[in-house]
Parts: sequence; structure tokens; C-alpha cells
Amino acid sequence: MEKTINFTLKVWRQKDAHSAGRFESYKMEGITGDTSFLEMLDILNEKLVKEHKEPVVFDHDCREGICGMCSLYINGHPHGPEGGCTTCQLFMRKFEDGSTITVEPWRSAGFPVIKDLMVDRSAYDKIMQAGGYVSVNTGAAQDANAILIPKKDADAAMDAATCIGCGACVAACKNGSAMLFVSAKVSQLALLPQGRVEAARRAKAMVAKMQELGFGNCTNTGACAAECPKSISLSNIARLNREFIKAKLKD
Amino acid sequence: MWLSSSTVGRKVVMSVSGLFLILFLTFHMSMNLVAIFSEEGYNAVCEFLGANWYALVGTLVLAAGFFVHIIYAFWLTMQNRRARGEQRYEVVDKPKSVEWASQNMLVLGIIVIGVAFFHLYHFWYNMQFQEIIGNHTVDLEQCALGAGMAVDGLSVHNGYDFIVAMFSNPVVVVLYLIWFVAIWFHLTHGFWSAIHTLGWNNDIWFNRWKTIAKVYATILCLGFAFVAIWFGFIY
Repeated sequence: MEKTINFTLKVWRQKDAHSAGRFESYKMEGITGDTSFLEMLDILNEKLVKEHKEPVVFDHDCREGICGMCSLYINGHPHGPEGGCTTCQLFMRKFEDGSTITVEPWRSAGFPVIKDLMVDRSAYDKIMQAGGYVSVNTGAAQDANAILIPKKDADAAMDAATCIGCGACVAACKNGSAMLFVSAKVSQLALLPQGRVEAARRAKAMVAKMQELGFGNCTNTGACAAECPKSISLSNIARLNREFIKAKLKD
Repeated sequence: MWLSSSTVGRKVVMSVSGLFLILFLTFHMSMNLVAIFSEEGYNAVCEFLGANWYALVGTLVLAAGFFVHIIYAFWLTMQNRRARGEQRYEVVDKPKSVEWASQNMLVLGIIVIGVAFFHLYHFWYNMQFQEIIGNHTVDLEQCALGAGMAVDGLSVHNGYDFIVAMFSNPVVVVLYLIWFVAIWFHLTHGFWSAIHTLGWNNDIWFNRWKTIAKVYATILCLGFAFVAIWFGFIY
């Protein structure tokens, strides 16, 4: 028999970006352990709709941990206390029967709340537009052995590229800094020959955009990497600093 | 100027000034240890660091280092609080890998600088400062938060007797020990974080730098604490 749990859900409700929000509590009963966190919110919303109440607004899309749409600050952790997984892959069996689960939106000046648990993360798109790409024409796909890349570099670039841009790093950071995100995006390209060409310009442009959009200064607390659903390493931040300082010294 | 206008630049200033202050602490701790071995040796160092032009230049550079580090600390913290947004989280649960010190650097820094003013009043004000304004001796009065005994006509170069007078007061010794603990916490994060900000880090060196920082901070603070305890309770 699969275990079922009852708990109190304390959810942040906010009418729109300009209104003041507040917490509202909902009693959840008979939720099975194999219900994902988002499915549990779906169950809540169905109930609310039946009662002619406004459903809770939250972001979601692929529900398989790769799109980076889901968010939620659950019991003091972005993507919940599980670690190494996104909210959509968090299951209710991880929670205690009779407990209170507090769900809040990401809180950062760079990610203003739009409604309830949904925040505006377009700042990340703007940072990407500032230089998170390769603008040189690299032509058609090469033969695999035409450009040799050390395994170590390829692995590090791939690890950085697993960043899904969900914003958990900013949500976890006491400084509201987006350095882990920017450093992953800079690293994934700077480590490869095609991206290397524009590495200096990219680091400068993305860092400038990041601070223009109101994200804070990194103090290396490491909360971002600890809470990252894709376990992006803090070393990427050292690499970004290195790229940025080198570029500035060259200017 | 990128050192003030860019987020990474501001952190570079914090790192470089911080590493400079660690270097200063290293020198200061070594100097203190001399007092345990040799009274004449320690007083010779004090005379060397009196109102000579090189010592005065050094003092100014050091003061500038402190000044920059502190101004930037408040500036960065203000920006970071703004970046955090107005609404705080209802529930916060710190991940295990996050050091307590790393999230409380400003508070630790304020404690460090607060007691440092006391320390300047105890020693620098009675020594280098008196020499600058032309006095060659000072009269120490007994004070609840200062000298444990009154001494008249103490030479401004007699650092050894200053230590003996100050640390004969157990309140001062305890205050200094609390100070060293705050410095220890501040350095365990500050040291490796400075290296990280300068970009000199990777997955392998990450734990190495953290360990080096802890070991270095421990040696430094044990050195300071040893001298305080020696003159407070053993001497």
C-alpha cells in the first residue's frame, strides 16, 4: 500500500505585481506519495476551481526536469529540500504526514512576482541576449576529429551546459546575485574552441547586463551551488571572474 | 573605472585589500611573538615602528587598506540588500555546505573593527601617536577596559611594559580573545573567498584553498591568543 499523507499547505497568494501578498493555508488530505509536487498543486487547484475560487498560479512546463520553468521556494529551499532535482521531480513521499509545507515564490529584486508563485524571469533572457551565444559562423557540423578537444574540457563544458536557467541560484542567494547562472553560461562556451574566440567580450557583456538588471554582488557563500537542481559547480564563478579580470586588464 | 563600476571589479578590490590586511595580520602576529622571547627585541621593533617616516608611510598605507575594505564592505552590502528585494522569505533553511561566516562577514567585520578601535586606543594612541605630537613618555591610568595597573612616565617605545600593563586586566584579555575568534571566522571565509574572486580556483583547488584558509587563520589566531594568554595569565 502506497503511503498517503495529510498536511497543511501554506501558499503565498498575490493578486498582481502591484498588490501586497499574504500567505493562505490549505488542508490537503490523502495525497499519495507518488504524487509530484506540481501534481499536488494541480489537485489543490482543481479543488479551488470547484469551489469557484481563484486557482494558485505557478510556473511549469516539461515536468521532467529539463526546461527550467518550474520554481517554488519550498520549506526554505528552492525546488524543495530534496536537493539535485527540480520541483517537478520532487515527490510528496519526501514530506512528513501532518507537517506544514510553506511555498513561496523566488524572492529577488531581479525576479519580481507577477502573480502568486509566478515570477518574471525574463532578466535571464536579457542576460543571454547580451552575449550568451556564439556569433561567428562555425559552418556545418565538422568531422568529429577535425577539432580536437580534451576530454576534461569537454566534460567541464557539458557540466556547465546542464544549467537550465531556472533561477534557483538567485533565489538561494542572500545577495540576489546571478553569478552562478552567468558563470555557467560563460563557461560552457569559453571552454570550447568555437566559444573561446569571443570569451572576453561575452564575459564583459553578460556581467554588465547582470548588474544593470539589479542582481547583487557575489560573496561566495556557495548557497547557489548547494541549491542548484543541476549541481552546477561554484568553480564556474572563479572561471567567470578569471575571464572578466583578464578581459579588463587587457583593455 | 571597472574597479568601482563593475560587480566583479568591486569584489576584486575587496579581495586585494583583504589579502593585504591578512599580510598585515601575519606581520603583527610575528611581532607579538617576539615579546614572549625577548623584551629588548620587542622594544626595538616598537622603536623601529615609532614616528619614523617609513613607519608613518606604512601606517598611512595600512589605514588606506582598512578604509577601502570597510567602505567597500558597506557599499557592497547595501547593493546586495537592495538586490535581495523588499520581501523576505518566511522560511529559510541554510544548506549544510554554506559556512556560517560567509553569510555574516559584515557583522564579523564590525566586531573586528569595533575592538580594533579599542586596541588602537590602548596601544597606538599611547605610542606612535604620542611620539607624533612630541611626547616621549605617557602616564597610564588604571581603567576598567584598559590598563590593569597605573604606570607613570612610560616611554612611548617601551611596548613591552604597555603589554604587561594592559594584559594585567583580565577584562582586556577576554575582550581580545573574543576579538581573535571573530577574526578567525572572518578569515576562514575571507581568505579562500578572496582567491576565488581573483579567479584562482577550480574544482580541485576549491577544498585545498578552504583548508589552507582554515589552517592559516587558526595559526594566526592561535599566535595572537597565545601572546594575550601568556601576558594575561602566565607571565
